Amino acid sequence: MLDWLYSVWPALEVSVNHLSLQPPGWGGNLLRGAWASLQIAVGAFLLGLVIGTFGALGKLNGGPVARDLLAVYTTVVRAVPELILILILYYAGTDLLNQALRAMGYRPVEISGVVAGIAVLGVVQGAYATEVLRGAIQSVPRGQIEAARAFGMGAVLTFRRVTFPAMLPLALPGLSNLWLIATKDTALLAIVGFSELTLETRQAAGATRAYFTFFLAAGALYLLMTLVSGRVFGWIEARYRRGQVAP
Amino acid sequence: MSSTMNPALRRIADEVLVPHRLVMVAVAIGVVIWAAMSMRWHWIPRYSDLAIQGIWRTLWLLGLSVLIGFTLAVPLGLAQAAGPRFLAAPARAFCTVIRGTPLLLQLWLIYFGLGSLFPQFPWIRESELWPYLRQAWPYALLALSLSFAGYEGEVMRGAFKSVPHGQLEAARSMGMSRFAILRRIWLPQALQRALPTLGGETVLQMKATPLVATITVIDIYAVASRVRQDTFIIYEPLLLLALIYMVIAGMIALAFKLLERHFNRGIVV
Repeated sequence: MLDWLYSVWPALEVSVNHLSLQPPGWGGNLLRGAWASLQIAVGAFLLGLVIGTFGALGKLNGGPVARDLLAVYTTVVRAVPELILILILYYAGTDLLNQALRAMGYRPVEISGVVAGIAVLGVVQGAYATEVLRGAIQSVPRGQIEAARAFGMGAVLTFRRVTFPAMLPLALPGLSNLWLIATKDTALLAIVGFSELTLETRQAAGATRAYFTFFLAAGALYLLMTLVSGRVFGWIEARYRRGQVAP
Repeated sequence: MSSTMNPALRRIADEVLVPHRLVMVAVAIGVVIWAAMSMRWHWIPRYSDLAIQGIWRTLWLLGLSVLIGFTLAVPLGLAQAAGPRFLAAPARAFCTVIRGTPLLLQLWLIYFGLGSLFPQFPWIRESELWPYLRQAWPYALLALSLSFAGYEGEVMRGAFKSVPHGQLEAARSMGMSRFAILRRIWLPQALQRALPTLGGETVLQMKATPLVATITVIDIYAVASRVRQDTFIIYEPLLLLALIYMVIAGMIALAFKLLERHFNRGIVV
């Protein structure tokens, strides 16, 4: 079957050999890059959720200074290109960390690409997550929170039992959008030289001159990630909307 | 506040003249003065010409790609909202692929892929377009426009669908042709609904433009990178660059605010 296809379309055999997982082919490198991208995306998304939760609560319940500072944070992050934030945070982050280490008498360290990528993209995601979660928390009916207070629940318990489960279905569409942005933003780390999927692809394409083969293969991998995660988010949303009236 | 002040100014004064904000403004001014005095800015005069060219290139790449992308997005949205299946399915596939893959990958596919393919055809090399196709900016413009079209196609689909059906039926009962309905009723109302989203998406598009520096287009980001490489000064060019992008984002937000006001004339909210 394959031999017949190859005889009709010789270029296909070349492409398949390029993409093979064994060393002369570059398929293994691509998959390793995809795994690195996925790790960074998951880490950055989770860090963004943590920052976003505190940011949203700070914006809604914090003092005037905290609210203004958070407004500056979300405005700046959403107005400056991610690429520049990545460069600034990457240089400033490693600089500050090494200065702190030197001041404490330790030797400077080289920060691993995965950790730096997660930290930087997490700060960017946090700004968007703050806005998504703030909107969702605001649309939880006030009466529900007041009822929880009336039952004697503290702030933490109210958030865990009432606000959080009630706002989750409202926040999920925005969060699933953020997750898609996280997977695609990992490609930007290629520019600071971190070998995730896009950089691995460019190296493979440059070495073999088979640009279309590798870029299309990488595109298929990204598309697979986004389509599968779209399904997963749809499933989670359906689960959390059980028992709610359809909008 | 004196009662002779103009109301817009008074509103701003009411916002800013609060104790904690005054302290924050003072701190911000202090930081700016400190940055101006003790950071290194001596490279600015040497690179100012290059920087102005870079800003101009960023702005026209942004403007042109938004225009072309939006022109493509209207039929893409229309095909998905009301088109027959053989048009709706490819339009949806296009939007899914564009939205599901990173722009950097699309840009490199178009630049390196098409760029290595074109010279193999003698008739392309002999055509009048060849001097342009040897430069990088047509590929950057193509990639940015297609990306904007993919995202906005989805936005326009929602906008077309959200126009109440009665409006279209009323137009048809007045005897308007299908094209007249689109031009007079459907598109203006869809546009009006999509405008707030489009403003945000244009800022996102602006934030995507520095990627073109990776395919040798000298936009403002590339100029800042060159300053960094030439002088080994890291933070100052990046901070100035962030400021420039923030100003552009502010101008886009303002422009869309004015556009929205223009489009919402005569509408009771």
